[in-house]
Amino acid sequence: MSRFRFSHEPVDPAPLREELLHPTCGGFASFEGWVRDHNEGQAVTRLEYEAFEQLGLREGEKIIAEACERFGVSRALCVHRLGDLGLREVAVWVGVAAPHRDEAFRACRYIIDEVKHRVPIWKKEHYASGDSGWVNCERCAADAHSHEAHEHAHAHVHD
Amino acid sequence: MSAPLYGLVLAGGRSTRMGSDKAAIRYGDRTQLERAADLLRAVTHETFVSVRPDQVSDPLRARFPQIVDTGDIEGPAAGIHAAQLARPDAAWLVVACDLPYLTAATISHLLAHRDPSRVATAYRSSHDGLPEPLCAVYEPAAGPALQQFLSTGRNCPRKFLINSDTLLLTQPDPETLENVNTPVELALARQRVEPATEKRAIRVQYYALLREQAGRRDESVETAARTPVELFRELSNRHHFTLQPAMLKVAVNAQFQDWTHPLASGDVVVFIPPVAGG
Repeated sequence: MSRFRFSHEPVDPAPLREELLHPTCGGFASFEGWVRDHNEGQAVTRLEYEAFEQLGLREGEKIIAEACERFGVSRALCVHRLGDLGLREVAVWVGVAAPHRDEAFRACRYIIDEVKHRVPIWKKEHYASGDSGWVNCERCAADAHSHEAHEHAHAHVHD
Repeated sequence: MSAPLYGLVLAGGRSTRMGSDKAAIRYGDRTQLERAADLLRAVTHETFVSVRPDQVSDPLRARFPQIVDTGDIEGPAAGIHAAQLARPDAAWLVVACDLPYLTAATISHLLAHRDPSRVATAYRSSHDGLPEPLCAVYEPAAGPALQQFLSTGRNCPRKFLINSDTLLLTQPDPETLENVNTPVELALARQRVEPATEKRAIRVQYYALLREQAGRRDESVETAARTPVELFRELSNRHHFTLQPAMLKVAVNAQFQDWTHPLASGDVVVFIPPVAGG
């Protein structure tokens, strides 16, 4: 089974940890991303995750392969939740087992950081105000507009 | 009486952002350099190509009468200055080679409104209203004036025109002097200036904000777009996307690809908004 997975059901960490248990491993590090009730000053009531699964699975597997290569670990897993999530639910789970703790911590950190930046997953926040927004998309579109106008206005400064 | 008019095509740039020699870029059956030289030949006594010393024997440039940069001036002012030194009594119609939307009509309009009693006649930029120095007529009086300007250590031709007695004209078409510096801009320019090619059948899938703005998860399009950037522009006009290509990535058949990757019928294209996993 692939080491990077999407789940449309709630993520249960216990069986995932079981999968990684191995007699050669003396250390296990895991990271869980949870749904939090606030973001950037707004009260968040729930989240919606969506992914381009075909490409996402491939990119996620690539990240895990990179982590194994880079930190010399062989047992790593990442599961990302999709669909509607309430507060306190697990959005993402990363686990790494290794002979020693140091490489387990480092590989775990690498995987979560790269997944956030590279895997085509999108998050929509729903706010207590009734508003909602795609994280990293709505504001950056607005910023780009003002940035463009700004660039044109100052394309060339002459005395 | 106005001074005889000579043409100068500036083709000495280093094309750093394009990653390949801009003068050699083809639109249809002509290189940009040939296209610009043809436009100038039609309206001048003689047209020259401005080159750096190391470009003299470049096959593309060797076919044209050349004016070689002298001294250690950087940028387009070097070419203009060299031309003025070569023919001090001439007026120079100077044009950059990387203006794919430049037409004979834009040149005629400039010449029809040229005022030989001024130092130069130029168009106003559609972006900031300042002079566009690389599609302009420099009268003989501009020679000594530019020499003086360069001697103070400055070399920006735009700044030279701002500080000179320049007649500024409004462009008949505001996009005519848009230049092309990157492969993405080039793909868009090709779509506009080359005749439409055969249509391709492309499947487009939408996610997240783009899905909401398009009002659908996917659609099939018959399009003349040759690259994802052209396709995005076409779809953006239709669906009013708020995201710009610079903020997106693109996947073709579930692989990340460049914005200028050639599209083929049957391809599945996904535009990827900024991601936010975790």
